[in-house]
Amino acid sequence: MAQPQAAITQIGQARARIDGPLKVTGTARFTSDHNLPGMLYAVPVGATIAKGRVTAIDIARARQMPGVRAIMKRGDFPPMSHITPNFVEPLMADETRPPFDDDVIRYYGQYVALAVADTFEQAKAAADAVTVSYAAETPNVDPHLAAENTKVVSERGDAEKAYAGAAVTLDAQYAIAPETHNPIETHATVANWDGDELTLYETSQAVVNHRNVLADMLGLPRHKVRVIAKFIGSGFGGKLWPWSQSPLAAAASIKLGQPVKLVLSRPMMFHAVGHRPRIEQRVRLGATRDGKLVSLQHDYVNTTSILDDYEENCGEATPHMYSVPNLRVTSGLAKRNIGTPTSMRGPGAVPGLFATESAMDELAVKLGMDPLQLHLLNEPRLDEGLGVPFSSRHLKECLTLGAEKFGWSNRDPHVGAMKRDGMILGWGMAACSWLAARLDCSVSVELRQDGTARVASASQDIGTGTYTVMAQMAAEMLGIAVERVEVEIGDTKLPPGAVSGGSMLTASLVAPTEEAIAAAGKALIARLVAGENTPFSGAEPQTLAFKQGRIMAKDAQTSMPFAAALQTLQIASISGQGTGQGTFGAQRPKLSSHSFGAHFVEVTWRPEIARLRASRVVSVFDAGRILNPLAARNQIEGAIVMGIGMALLEGTEYDAASGAPINANLADYVVATNADVPALDVHFVEYPDYNLNALGARGVGEIGLAGAAAALTNAVYHATGIRVRELPLKLEDLL
Amino acid sequence: MQTFDLVRASDRPAAIAAGAESATAQQGASVRFLAGGTTLIDLMKLGVERPERVVDINRLGLDEIRKAENGDLFVGATARNSDLAHHPLVRADYAALSQAILAGASTQLRNAATTAGNLLQRTRCMYFRDLASACNKRKPGSGCPAIAGANRMLAILGTSNACIANNPSDMAVAMLAYDAVVHVQGVAGGRQIPLADFYVLPGQRPDIETMLAPGELITHVTLPPPKTGERSVYLKLRDRASYEFALVSTAVAVTLADGKIANARFALGGVGARPWRVRKAEDVLRGSAPDERAFRNAADTCLDGARPQSHNGFKIELAKRCIVHAFKQVTS
Ligand SMILES: Cc1cc2nc3c(=O)[nH]c(=O)nc-3n(C[C@H](O)[C@H](O)[C@H](O)COP(=O)(O)OP(=O)(O)OC[C@H]3O[C@@H](n4cnc5c(N)ncnc54)[C@H](O)[C@@H]3O)c2cc1C
Ligand code: SF4
Repeated sequence: MAQPQAAITQIGQARARIDGPLKVTGTARFTSDHNLPGMLYAVPVGATIAKGRVTAIDIARARQMPGVRAIMKRGDFPPMSHITPNFVEPLMADETRPPFDDDVIRYYGQYVALAVADTFEQAKAAADAVTVSYAAETPNVDPHLAAENTKVVSERGDAEKAYAGAAVTLDAQYAIAPETHNPIETHATVANWDGDELTLYETSQAVVNHRNVLADMLGLPRHKVRVIAKFIGSGFGGKLWPWSQSPLAAAASIKLGQPVKLVLSRPMMFHAVGHRPRIEQRVRLGATRDGKLVSLQHDYVNTTSILDDYEENCGEATPHMYSVPNLRVTSGLAKRNIGTPTSMRGPGAVPGLFATESAMDELAVKLGMDPLQLHLLNEPRLDEGLGVPFSSRHLKECLTLGAEKFGWSNRDPHVGAMKRDGMILGWGMAACSWLAARLDCSVSVELRQDGTARVASASQDIGTGTYTVMAQMAAEMLGIAVERVEVEIGDTKLPPGAVSGGSMLTASLVAPTEEAIAAAGKALIARLVAGENTPFSGAEPQTLAFKQGRIMAKDAQTSMPFAAALQTLQIASISGQGTGQGTFGAQRPKLSSHSFGAHFVEVTWRPEIARLRASRVVSVFDAGRILNPLAARNQIEGAIVMGIGMALLEGTEYDAASGAPINANLADYVVATNADVPALDVHFVEYPDYNLNALGARGVGEIGLAGAAAALTNAVYHATGIRVRELPLKLEDLL
Repeated sequence: MQTFDLVRASDRPAAIAAGAESATAQQGASVRFLAGGTTLIDLMKLGVERPERVVDINRLGLDEIRKAENGDLFVGATARNSDLAHHPLVRADYAALSQAILAGASTQLRNAATTAGNLLQRTRCMYFRDLASACNKRKPGSGCPAIAGANRMLAILGTSNACIANNPSDMAVAMLAYDAVVHVQGVAGGRQIPLADFYVLPGQRPDIETMLAPGELITHVTLPPPKTGERSVYLKLRDRASYEFALVSTAVAVTLADGKIANARFALGGVGARPWRVRKAEDVLRGSAPDERAFRNAADTCLDGARPQSHNGFKIELAKRCIVHAFKQVTS
């Protein structure tokens, strides 16, 4: 176990984003802001059937339109390679089929052609003028799922037998509509082939992975591909792995020898760049009369595409969430004529906890017990799934502190009994969990004569505050002001960083940053010892240390900041590199690492006009040490807003006849507005998790969404007596 | 978007003459007037509207809001929705109109949107707006996928087996309750069309939505003077708390005398192929006590003949609750 740093100064400070001024002044350049000399614009043509074959593509009219440079379709560029995903290289893609690979249509919106022109408007007009003929078949977008490929995810004891013998049981089915990621920035690629190297400005949450996939798909050596993503208008998981528009833009640039910009439209966000799939879950709970769980069965199935098996890991939190001797978790897939799903903020655990935390609430009602008590009663001592201790679990504190802040003890358990201003109040709660882990990650650090430092890594800031947190970390370790740290990320020319996903980046950056600083310090010591006329000339290197940005003799008589050392040596800068090992996906971990939390939600219900609104949310999290409370709270609040959307509003509707996501725009796919979001009261119980890294920090990007929907629908039950088991809740469910 | 000519009309006759060159003023018009553009340009980008010529009518001095000599409220065709909603005369005498406008769209949109444009906004039926789908309104005879498809938002009143689209306007609902009259000017002269007659039901020709003939320019809308002692309210019910079209809405205006309802006017939004008003339902109320039973009665009459689709049957009950609640609010 690493020891905590001695002097904490920068860490834990509520710092505004260091990249904030760039963003609010419009100076930050997002992918589609890159305009290169001679750049052309590309607009894809998507299939308007969801199943069948392309029989002909007529480009004659489009080709003759003004400004059109090319209408590309299958056969117009060399075939690309399929990807066999693996997380180690990394080489991840959820849609593994390269674009234009065959003439089979497997989902609505699948790209069949690409119009390239001098201006965006010309390319759009040309794309609209391409006529595609199909041999169409009836697509299968049936929302009722029957699992194929069922497998056991986790098992202990004999869950069926224990369920059969349990004094109190609950058996309930839950469903969640497909959700589409709608970051404000749509996916975009600016591809520039210079005849030898390919540069891609990308909306990517993982530039190294993106480079690997694109190089392999296009048959280019990886070192000939560079991927740049300096600023990202959020991703929510939708930009983790590459989608077809990127190789299409690259192929067009290679073929035409000019830079090509391709920006997806909002409707295209619903077609070929992933989504959270539709999920059906069944939860069976068995308990003793006094509420001790004896059996938990959690079976789930999600839709996936025809070619790829995307599994929504809904059982991620189930085995360790509650103490229960008998448990069985199974997963299954159902293939549909819909594009490949992908991770969406809190993949797996978020939908999974909607089911299990709803079921816990239902069980509490059956038992006549307070759901908070039911949770406390079934709190495990160790991770009963893995049979190992938790690295740090403080869910009990989250539950009790949340209950106290919310005033939970004043809750009248009777449905519809609580009222305010003529409205019925509903109070609901849910617990949550999200994994904590590290990924392989490298960082380089440069210390400069002027007392500034530069930290660099091919990681990304997807709007979550990575720039700021990296600067805080380095400033902390170097004993300098945050303003003196320059952060460079989002470029594969930098040391390979980690994915901005799974809430793992922050935790992954700590060790390599420390190591890089130590390496730079070591190099500096070597120079000081070897140099003439330095305070340390001729000293034994092992008698010196580099701490808090200062070289010091271990007897602590003399010390010197790195800037002064560099000045004395008359060298401009000195660098070091560090690499951290990942823990994510480890087969036999010695500890179970997770963040935990609890939501307490109040809804108001006016039956006379069927108006339901979230009116109060108190959430408490155990997410390790919080490096920057401002950034952390911001992540949690955003996640809760998405939880309100998930529970009450969001759902992609696939037209049964055509297979089209028919509400593919922001007027018909409704996300929460400010008016839907009440004041959010967010707290952290700060227990540093030093098992994860030296700062004790975990990520906070996803945990806020976990459990939020269940807390809301549990509150809805308390207000209305209606148990919402299918998301999003519809007003008509409550009439 | 199809290429088009943009012209700025120098005066009203020029605008009208240009408009008259189109064979129709309905779906498929080759000439369109441009007001705020928040419906027109949107639909042009989607390819649903494909005018060859767009005539900007924003500088024809049609943006006045004032009290006419006869006491009517005069609302110019290009008066901005925001200006109308915040106008002192409207806030004082036509509260439901102000509330209806402010319940719609967003501040930015209302700043651009105009009176006539709002009346002529098109349905939000998702198939209508998607060129890859069949749609009898956009392409007569091609079919109506909404009947078997996504129809939760659509109409339950005034529909036909060819089209079940609803009129999405909030403003028009309040104007209908206030007995608004639409004033138009065409090549052959002017005419006045009560808003109650302005929209036509879909029948077998859902592409025809209004009484307007080619070239007819809406110059203004008038609202009769407020009734003494009348109180009004607009209530809009929707899934999201703001920035969403109505599932159901109602504009209600009531005058009470001696504790009884002397007069009631109300119209419904979100549920009809056009903004919906049923005189019989208002008659039911006249002379009765302003209580829940009477309101429920009126609501039942108003919804009489409603035809639910596969996903919007709930709108019947929701509309009734909306009416009852609005009446309670305005009479309490
Ligand atoms: C995202 C979004 C949300 C919205 N939400 C709501 C809502 O909640 N409630 C609501 O009621 N509305 C809503 N709207 C619709 C909005 O109110 C209308 O788009 C707007 O009122 C149209 O006015 P305009 O001046 O922009 O019309 P334009 O787009 O300029 O014109 C619309 C049509 O009217 C014709 N026209 C315009 N002026 C005249 C005239 N003087 N004579 C004859 N023909 C004319 C045009 O040729 C065109 O066919 C929303 C719109 C958007 C884009
Ligand atoms: S309801 Fe009307 S507008 Fe919608 S698809 Fe059918 S015909 Fe078209």
